[in-house]
Amino acid sequence: MTQSNSKEITLTVNGKQYTTSVEPRMLLSDVLRDELGLTGTHVGCEHGICGACTITMDGRPVRSCLVFGVQANQAEIRTVEGLAEPDGSLHPLQEAFWEKHGLQCGFCTPGVLMSACHFLEQNPNPSREEIREGISGNLCRCTGYQNIVDAVEMAAEMLNKNKKSEEETSDLEIVHSGRKVEV
Amino acid sequence: MKPAVFDYHSPADLEEALRLLDEFGYDAKIMSGGQSLIPMMNMRLARPQVIIDINNISELSYIQVTDSVIKIGGLTRHYQVEESKEIERVCPLLTEGMKLIGHSQIRSRGTIGGSIVHADPTAELPVMMTLLGAEFTLASPDGKRTVTTDEFFLTYLTTTIDMNEILVSIDIPIPSTRTGYAIDEFTLRKGDFAIVLAAASVTLSEDGTIASASLCLGGVDGVPVLLEEVTEGMIGQVPSTELIAESCEQIADLVEPEPDIHASSEYRKDLCITYAKRVLERAAERAALL
Repeated sequence: MTQSNSKEITLTVNGKQYTTSVEPRMLLSDVLRDELGLTGTHVGCEHGICGACTITMDGRPVRSCLVFGVQANQAEIRTVEGLAEPDGSLHPLQEAFWEKHGLQCGFCTPGVLMSACHFLEQNPNPSREEIREGISGNLCRCTGYQNIVDAVEMAAEMLNKNKKSEEETSDLEIVHSGRKVEV
Repeated sequence: MKPAVFDYHSPADLEEALRLLDEFGYDAKIMSGGQSLIPMMNMRLARPQVIIDINNISELSYIQVTDSVIKIGGLTRHYQVEESKEIERVCPLLTEGMKLIGHSQIRSRGTIGGSIVHADPTAELPVMMTLLGAEFTLASPDGKRTVTTDEFFLTYLTTTIDMNEILVSIDIPIPSTRTGYAIDEFTLRKGDFAIVLAAASVTLSEDGTIASASLCLGGVDGVPVLLEEVTEGMIGQVPSTELIAESCEQIADLVEPEPDIHASSEYRKDLCITYAKRVLERAAERAALL
């Protein structure tokens, strides 16, 4: 076994390309946090139970503690840092979590948001039962999930409203990531 | 919670993967989805010296449905089977069962071949494969061989696969059209390992009587258990709640599940009966609708 068997990988995270050298045993969660400085992705159990490290990889939600960094070579990654707009305006899911008090300590939130984001893309009009199923891979030890479900439900409404508004371009308002701005 | 050091290879084709496997032997471990292997490596329950990552071998990822058989490549991911409309049309049991596997994050990465080779007796795929009479094709540098589920699953996490073999293909026969299926499981939390799981199929004749039926349980032994004793008495009869309940009562004498921290042997037996009834009834109802 070699002492240093690092491999160079190139991956796109939130639209930005990174090239870095990683040891094969380095988990993708650690590559994101320690190599790329993207500490929004949280590390909880590190064996695929808690869901805190959930990101999307090539459009699918995955646990970044159950993928090695080397396996993400050439992959398209999205993390919680990629949800808000560059100007800082929040994603509808983030606004809804704020509004509905969908978090307390916030540790599980990045993972919940990434799971919910993919879930709402797949199912824009979910029932509360379906929302529970959609976030079942994420553990929260503070809230009892009630407010999280409320928040995802609200985000679904906001996203649908945004979509509708975008279609009705004659309206004298600009809708930007769920935040209405009068003009 | 970080894995030990290992050497990493990611071959681009099966031939190269088999060559590497032959070269490194017991020091090497094949990695497909990694959803069971990586947790074990993170906890250092597994410390393979060499990882042969087969994720880039695209020839192992496919779903082909013909008139008589479903062919699935070993590297095909859970969500691909779950979302396949063709599979839902010819074998809805797979669609129903895939949704019970872990959570969507797990199903994004986990592979069909990986789960079968891992051979966890509480996992959904080994039970479904046993119920459906699937056959597995194993490749080695010497060629290929095909084995039945009975030959393949030996005991807990143990299969007949040789050190230099890779599961490359899964063949699932498509049964006659009037067959209903069902699968269900008891878990402490959604997506957890099952305490007990049950899958059933019921095929009805033209006159509405049962032409054939199968029942397979997981979580009661080291391998999935087909209970022909329970279903053979149902053949030729009209399906009813009473018939199914009566047939399932004998399960208590047929299985001897080991107790653990989650459930006693007696409780598991009770669960077996409850879930066996449930899936047989559902399968019969679904068959009647076809």
